[in-house]
Amino acid sequence: MMNMTLSTRTFSTRRQFLTTAALATASLALARPAIAQAKPRVVVIGGGFGGVSCARTLRALAPKLDVTLVEPNRIFTACPFSNEVIAGDRAIEAQQFGYDKVAGNGVTMAMQSAVKIDAAARSVALADGTTLTYDRLVLAPGIDLRFDALQGYDEAAAARMPHAWKAGEQTVLLRRQLEAMEDGGLVVMSVPANPYRCPPGPYERASLIAHYLKTRKPRSKLIILDSKDAFSKQKLFQNAWQELYPGLIEWVGLSQGGKVTSVDATTNTLVTDFLQHKADVANVIPPQRAGRIAAIAGVADRSGWCPIDPVSFESKQAPNIHVIGDACIGGGMPKSAFSANAQAKACASAIVTLLAGEAPAAPKLINTCYSLVAPDYGISIAGVYAPKNGLLTDIEGAGGTSPIDAPPAVRNQEAVYARAWFGTITGEVFG
Amino acid sequence: MPSTLINVPPTAKRGDIIEIKTLMSHIMETGYRHTETGAVVPRNIITGFRCRYNGVEVFRADLFPAFSANPFISFFTVATDSGRFEFEWTGDNGFQETATADITVS
Repeated sequence: MMNMTLSTRTFSTRRQFLTTAALATASLALARPAIAQAKPRVVVIGGGFGGVSCARTLRALAPKLDVTLVEPNRIFTACPFSNEVIAGDRAIEAQQFGYDKVAGNGVTMAMQSAVKIDAAARSVALADGTTLTYDRLVLAPGIDLRFDALQGYDEAAAARMPHAWKAGEQTVLLRRQLEAMEDGGLVVMSVPANPYRCPPGPYERASLIAHYLKTRKPRSKLIILDSKDAFSKQKLFQNAWQELYPGLIEWVGLSQGGKVTSVDATTNTLVTDFLQHKADVANVIPPQRAGRIAAIAGVADRSGWCPIDPVSFESKQAPNIHVIGDACIGGGMPKSAFSANAQAKACASAIVTLLAGEAPAAPKLINTCYSLVAPDYGISIAGVYAPKNGLLTDIEGAGGTSPIDAPPAVRNQEAVYARAWFGTITGEVFG
Repeated sequence: MPSTLINVPPTAKRGDIIEIKTLMSHIMETGYRHTETGAVVPRNIITGFRCRYNGVEVFRADLFPAFSANPFISFFTVATDSGRFEFEWTGDNGFQETATADITVS
């Protein structure tokens, strides 16, 4: 019964989304002739879930558009499911994707870093000296870790106390440290205040590390030092911890002194206002901000993130520049791959409409975040969002989380859904 | 259940400026919420904090609505003598919590 409730919820939201997407495509088909003669140019910076989805959707909606994707790395390493790599249940290669199919879509690939943006001249300077001009620019730079925000935590410290919050070498480093740790060791995680990439991510990570410890190093312990008093899917996570890993995970919230104020990488110590925790393995997830190019373009505000118009994703600080994904201030929408992909499609649709000289329609966006608490135990949260008072706002009652009480079969099925989701999104974006 | 955290350096040199940190957690009510039937949920906030050092008040604060639900208070004082710091939090509905910490000054 529970399972049926869950499926109904998931399916109804998906159907609604497909209908919205179909309508958007239909209205854009009408817009095509107007832009056919001009051949406008769109540059997209950032080859993650947001940037690639946007570039490909632009080409799909308006095949004559000139679309260039700027990305220095030839291989993309995905964050969703990288916590399974840390727990030893998955190879890092399963997280990696190339851009061959993107180029095959008619998107011009510029395998370079963007170093400068001139909003007045509508141009992007690349590291190799090339300049690209644009009619519309899309920034999907993801996050930068703030190495100036937590005393003692800089790039050198990250080599000893990995953040593993950008998937790749750091993910593998944290995995190796956990493997090398002796049974009875202490793992300490530091979690930042909101907003940051992937709100439930730290707790999924804690869960999967606990699963590894319980299975392989059962005398070990994991402490989560948190700068918040509440977190995404908290009740579901905490119930599961009690059920699956009793006594193994200790969560220390802000009001219990959980905020990490400094770290010492030479001794692997995390310091709060009241205690010092010397870790065998330390995972420091520092505060974050929009990827650096956002500040260079002048579209990030004092928070470090980018305010946008929720209909077009156009920056509130610079014309003709759109910001999607983790870097934008998405209102109620969390910073997730699912959000980035949904925003990318809405943004592409808005850009094609704007280039045709028309006003884009308000989008309805969906996000779903699955988390694994164990390899066969999944939980999820879903939300539907629409522009309201200048922000993307959660439509009350449209989303929901997994049921608090559910039999193992439901948790198992959600883990299956989670894996299916990853296959679907990476297939759509990179396949 | 309220809980207190305090951080006083266990040792100091006479004349040192020392930092003291405190965090009081409790179930806070703003006094602005209503039940489904429209009744006001009574306010329950911390309204006062006091620190004595060997019996002498060295820090005091009045707290008001819009302060943190679980107030974190940090301040500095001069280490004069070995002895005891006494902390006291007071609030709505007769709320009172105390804590102590000792310091050795050389």
